[in-house]
Amino acid sequence: MMPFLLKRIGTGAITLLLASIVVFAMLDVVPGDPARMMLGMNATEDAVQALREQMGLNQPLIMRYMSWLGGFLVGDLGRSYTYSVPVSQLVAERAVVSLPLALLALFLSTAIAIPVGLYSASHRGKAADTIAMGASQLGVAIPNFWFALLLVYVFAIALRLLPAGGFPGWTAGTWPALKALFLPAIALALPQAAILARVTRSALLDVLGEDFVRTARAKGLSRNTVLWRHALRNALIPVFTILGLQFSFLLAGTIIIENVFYLPGLGRLIFQAITQRDLIVVESVVMLLVATVIVVNLLVDLSYAAIDPRLRGT
Amino acid sequence: MAPQPTIPETQSVMRRARGSKSFMIGLAITAIIAAAAALSFVWTPYDVTQISIGDKLKPPSLEHWFGTDHFGRDILSMIMVGARNSIAVALVAVGIGMGLGVPLGCWAAARGGWLDEALMRLNDVVFAFPALLSAIMITAIFGPGAVNAIIAIGIFNIPVFARVSRAGALALWPREFILAARASGKGKLMITAEHILPNIANLLLVQGTIQFALGILAEASLSYVGLGAQPPMPSWGRMLFEAQTMIAIAPHMAIFPGLAIVMTVLGLNLLGDGLSDLLDPKLRRQK
Repeated sequence: MMPFLLKRIGTGAITLLLASIVVFAMLDVVPGDPARMMLGMNATEDAVQALREQMGLNQPLIMRYMSWLGGFLVGDLGRSYTYSVPVSQLVAERAVVSLPLALLALFLSTAIAIPVGLYSASHRGKAADTIAMGASQLGVAIPNFWFALLLVYVFAIALRLLPAGGFPGWTAGTWPALKALFLPAIALALPQAAILARVTRSALLDVLGEDFVRTARAKGLSRNTVLWRHALRNALIPVFTILGLQFSFLLAGTIIIENVFYLPGLGRLIFQAITQRDLIVVESVVMLLVATVIVVNLLVDLSYAAIDPRLRGT
Repeated sequence: MAPQPTIPETQSVMRRARGSKSFMIGLAITAIIAAAAALSFVWTPYDVTQISIGDKLKPPSLEHWFGTDHFGRDILSMIMVGARNSIAVALVAVGIGMGLGVPLGCWAAARGGWLDEALMRLNDVVFAFPALLSAIMITAIFGPGAVNAIIAIGIFNIPVFARVSRAGALALWPREFILAARASGKGKLMITAEHILPNIANLLLVQGTIQFALGILAEASLSYVGLGAQPPMPSWGRMLFEAQTMIAIAPHMAIFPGLAIVMTVLGLNLLGDGLSDLLDPKLRRQK
């Protein structure tokens, strides 16, 4: 168990380090001087130079990278060029929108996909299975922002049940805030649910063909007991893998979906920061998202060992 | 026992293809979209750059099958021209991914050892970046436009193809026919070209179809946020962006470009499913 844990954590750490270099290098080649951007075109060269010095932009690349990474490790994400507030404060303000949104979407996707996958697998080849798999084929093909537009048309414009966009803030109460996140979460969840349902079904079908399932049935256990207690547990590994990967899709998806619904989340923050050339915000938020993806995938890998003892040796 | 009539392999694949529902439906949809895109080079029902305010926001009718947009442009014509853009971006992006990813994957499999480990770690790094997030970053940094969209989408196809070809190649290297080739003195490069590549071509074809579909979706997302093809070149994502502000009065503006994306992606996915069934019987079990 320990060597596996250590090796996996080690590769995770290396991936994180390489990713941080990529993020930093990518944004270093961006055309345009942040100091010049902040002061405007009319500022004197001296003023720009002074600001560059103050922002540490005149230091060599490696020094700037080290101080950025060092700050990151102690929770100092730098200071926004445009808002002049610590990036960590911006992130905290925006994360209270994006994180609940992503979690709600993940919950909806799992809550739809696992039962559908289970039902399809246990009724393989029947009409319900065909319909469910046809629907999931369609779900995979639907772009989430288009689905979002259709949801807005039906639920916000035609039926007037839910808001078409914007976010009242959690201070306005839990219910109005949740209402504002509901349509975006559905739009995000649908394509993911479609993929997850297919994976659940095929993983279950693989397991249902195994000897131990036949043995369990032969010793008199009911279909449902075998399905829930034996088959589902063994089918969880591929399902977990996909869930881990989907977290990354959900994070990226929030960028688009937050733009559709005008939600003040992390996705919109990145988007605005890119257009304003607020590089330190882009750098830190992207790094934070990438780190989240790496850590989630690490946790998923480690959870395999918890689910399946055979994997602990390797 | 009567001797079995031998069927040439290509013929038997064709016959099985006709029996595969998802392959045939996928092929039909893909062919229709490709034909519409090709046709748009020589003919569209209306000129897509023609602004005619008098005809603006017309619902679908006999003259304008899919209606008109807020500038009075014919939506069907715009979808046809937009198809060109979507297909070109996704196709070249798949080309970049295959062109760089397959050699890398084959190299890693052939060399093994630290090189393999290093390349796969690099792969992990690219995988850690949510593809869409990075595509948005790349296009925003280097400027919006179709070419940068291609590069941004293409980069994230590289590790996908590297992984698929590495896994395929690794499974082949211990096989006897490869050993025989090595015994006869062939080098690793030669073996990869002559034996490995033809044997993983099926895998790559199926993966290529999937990445093509994902590329269509990615291009639509990028042009939706204004980072893809620039006006006046119509693109499906941009049409949806423009439809958003009009959704209350002209929902048809949102419906048809969206359907075009869904049909294209659906067609390609069905084609990919069908291909993987046809080309690799082992994959059938995983359906």
